[in-house]
Amino acid sequence: MRHYIAKRVGYSVLSLLLLSLTIFLFIRLTGDPASLLTEPGASAADVAAIQHKFGLDRPVWVQYGLFMFNLLRGDLGDSFYYQTPVLELYQSRLPHSLLLGVVAMGFSLVLGIPTGILAAIRVGRFWDSAGKLFALLGLSLPSFLVGLLLILFFSVYLEWLPSSGSGTFWHLLMPAFALGWYFAAAHMRLTRSSMLEVLGSEYVKLARLKGLPEALVIGKHAFKNALIPVLTLAGINLIQMINVAVVVETVFAWPGIGRLLYEGVTFRDFPVVQGVVILGGSMIVVVNLLIDIVYALVDPRIRLEQ
Amino acid sequence: MLNSTRNFVSSDMETAPLLEVRNLSTYYVSASGTRIVRAVDDVSFSLRAGETLGIVGESGSGKSTLALTLMRVLPPAAQIVSGAMRLEGEDLVGKSENEMQHIRGKRIAMILQDPMASLNPLFSIGDQVGETLRQHEGASRRSAWQQAIGLLKSVRIPAAETRVTQYPHEMSGGMRQRIVGAIGISCEPRVLIADEPTTSLDLTIQAQYLNLLDELRKEHGIGLIFITHNLGIVAKMCDQLVVMYAGRVVESGPVRQVFNAPAHPYTAALLSSIPRMSNRRKRLIAIDGQPPDMSNLPPGCAFASRCPAVFERCRNEAPPVFTPAPGHTARCWRSAPEMAGSVAMSVGALS
Amino acid sequence: MSVTTIPAALPMRTRTARMTDVPIIPSAILAIAVVVAIFADFLAPHDPQVGLLTARFKPPFWMTGGSTNHLFGTDQLGRDVLSRLIFGTRVSLVVGFTAVIFAGAVGTTLGIVSGYLGGWVDQVIMRVTDAWLALPALTFAIFLAAVVGPSEMNIVIILGLVYWTRYARIVRGEVLSLKEREFVRLAIVAGCSKWTIMWRHIMPNVINSSIVLATLMLGIVIITEASLSFLGVGVPPPKPAWGVMLSDGKQGLMVGYWWLTVMPGTCIMLLVLAANLLGDWLRVKLDPQLRQL
Repeated sequence: MRHYIAKRVGYSVLSLLLLSLTIFLFIRLTGDPASLLTEPGASAADVAAIQHKFGLDRPVWVQYGLFMFNLLRGDLGDSFYYQTPVLELYQSRLPHSLLLGVVAMGFSLVLGIPTGILAAIRVGRFWDSAGKLFALLGLSLPSFLVGLLLILFFSVYLEWLPSSGSGTFWHLLMPAFALGWYFAAAHMRLTRSSMLEVLGSEYVKLARLKGLPEALVIGKHAFKNALIPVLTLAGINLIQMINVAVVVETVFAWPGIGRLLYEGVTFRDFPVVQGVVILGGSMIVVVNLLIDIVYALVDPRIRLEQ
Repeated sequence: MLNSTRNFVSSDMETAPLLEVRNLSTYYVSASGTRIVRAVDDVSFSLRAGETLGIVGESGSGKSTLALTLMRVLPPAAQIVSGAMRLEGEDLVGKSENEMQHIRGKRIAMILQDPMASLNPLFSIGDQVGETLRQHEGASRRSAWQQAIGLLKSVRIPAAETRVTQYPHEMSGGMRQRIVGAIGISCEPRVLIADEPTTSLDLTIQAQYLNLLDELRKEHGIGLIFITHNLGIVAKMCDQLVVMYAGRVVESGPVRQVFNAPAHPYTAALLSSIPRMSNRRKRLIAIDGQPPDMSNLPPGCAFASRCPAVFERCRNEAPPVFTPAPGHTARCWRSAPEMAGSVAMSVGALS
Repeated sequence: MSVTTIPAALPMRTRTARMTDVPIIPSAILAIAVVVAIFADFLAPHDPQVGLLTARFKPPFWMTGGSTNHLFGTDQLGRDVLSRLIFGTRVSLVVGFTAVIFAGAVGTTLGIVSGYLGGWVDQVIMRVTDAWLALPALTFAIFLAAVVGPSEMNIVIILGLVYWTRYARIVRGEVLSLKEREFVRLAIVAGCSKWTIMWRHIMPNVINSSIVLATLMLGIVIITEASLSFLGVGVPPPKPAWGVMLSDGKQGLMVGYWWLTVMPGTCIMLLVLAANLLGDWLRVKLDPQLRQL
């Protein structure tokens, strides 16, 4: 197992390196990184300072070394607009994103798991078809469109919910639903297929042969097993959500990381854009690694592997 | 080989059979309704208390579907189309799902082929063994747990007190198979069906497990049904034999009788393919050809295309059940009364 | 029960879709969209980029204040919504198709090379794929857009760069199993060069999966383009992209000018729905192994 974990850690470090290299190279590919890294209309002295900090007049590999050196120190540069370090901005926005992500995840699981189970135990019949339609709509309705339609209905016509901002529970409802919507479809599909697989397993057959009532066969023996892959995906998706939330957060003016990215793009605040991408990608690599390690600790087949 | 210790069978042959199956048919119907597979077709046999019945056949011969039919846990595409099955005189075909649920695991139990996959990885052994008792006997959690320990001991699992708290992945294959066996006997069922119970075990453990099942049968007077493709196991364990081919019973009768004088060429071919100490120099006779397409059976005997003793009638007309000897049946034209002389000769030439 | 037969001939495109049971509605939607995109200049009643400021926020014709001159009303600059939708179809389809083909060509090629050559080439391509897949697609696309600046051409390149990894992963997996097949071994024995084998023997067998994936990706790519345009880093306004229209429509949303949101929204939904339905159908038809996608 130690070997397995070492290998996974190695791959993750490699992924992080490649990520940073990708981002570094794309910035250099434009030909004029200084114009991206300095404020529009910056003074000659500012430009010179940036050129010195990133070694823009030196060979590319030195530049990459400096880039990595700054990254590892946690220095992602300062925001032009807010005049504060990007890392601080990111940290101040993260709780909002997490809150939105967790509630959206709740929505998606509450919607996705029961419909997925229903579709699986009624496979080929009405509820299965209804589930398929729901999954299809989930994948075909972009979350920002769902968000706009929700605003139109609940804020403009019914005047029940605030259309933007944050602070109260009511502010959270629509963005969370809009964000959870897409993932609900994904969770429904996975629940269905994983439930179908479990229902075909020998232990579910044995549970039936034991003479257990169907409710117990599904509720106890099938449910728990079918849920494992869904919860794994949900774990990965929670991080995805925080990063994908950019359109939903923009629609509802929710002060999370997605909104920060949008602001970065709109104000041409390049350090912010770069920081959000690097931190987002790193978070996903690290979370994937953690999930793999937890699996290795839990699953005897990996645990016992030498 | 056929040991004589199996004397539990009551000498009173008139007692009603424990399980009686008459003309049972189960078909799979495809979603479009155009393809019909007669997985179990017009099957009859009976099983007495304390007796062991072996059901043999190639994979795809319908023996596993037969077992699932007996348990009434067929997949949605399959349905019982005709026939009767009676457990202690009580009809099972007409029972509602709810009624069947009280019979399954309680009066008729089944052990599945694959011990590795039969246990739920997420629940403790004690939970899974005691579950049946809680369901059928209304045992409390605590008492079910205690009884589970007892059951594990009865299937010779050492340190049963600690084993109940463990999970399936912590057990060896042989141990899991015995646990599955313990689940099968937990409510002292009248009939126990074992589907290929030894395929995934190595030889020593196989032998141990078979002995264990035999002992359980003797102790509890269980009617044991062995589904297998291993005739060696049948010779060692069974009193009665049912040979299935393409969904039908092609031959049935007392093991010794069938082994000594197989009436169906298919049985004869199966028997000749058992490696035996006495004839290991001889070449094993393989059965030529492939089993027929179950959704498109020929009009005559399903074995005709592979049969070494085939003649014209076999191809056109499906043989009915003949009785070459008392208690011995065969679906083969060569067993027809008018064919008396030639059968022994041609079948004898095979083995 | 069934007989296993060993194919004697090369299994080139073993399954071909029967064209008789094509799902009608999604194909019709897609066909209409293509026609509209091609003939946008003739179909659009007004110039999509020029509006009368005196005729702003006119509702669709069936509402009071609407007129048949602007069937679906006008936007905040008095531009005709229907005409913008028609030209928007062109933007969505052109960007969608070219990006999907671009990503597919890059991903399929790298997937074949990676899977067939193996060794360090495989390692390099797969590590890059892993790293890029870790980046959330939209975030990555926004970053690239911020670097290169918005234009229709750049969007295609960006979407191609973001999505090729999905093809590479799947194609590589298929190639790994194809590599062990009889006909590839025969080709090796026959002395074909690596490139001939990859191009002539492997490629035709993975192209089905690539096509299925491309159809499924079409919806995703269209949504991503709309999202980028909505955020202002996609197709630059005044060009009439549906995402831009939604972004513009947000101003009127709070006062109840619903058509500015609902009209482009419905267009996106219909097109993506049609692409997804067709993709699902193709997946089942051409490649049952991809059902788990």
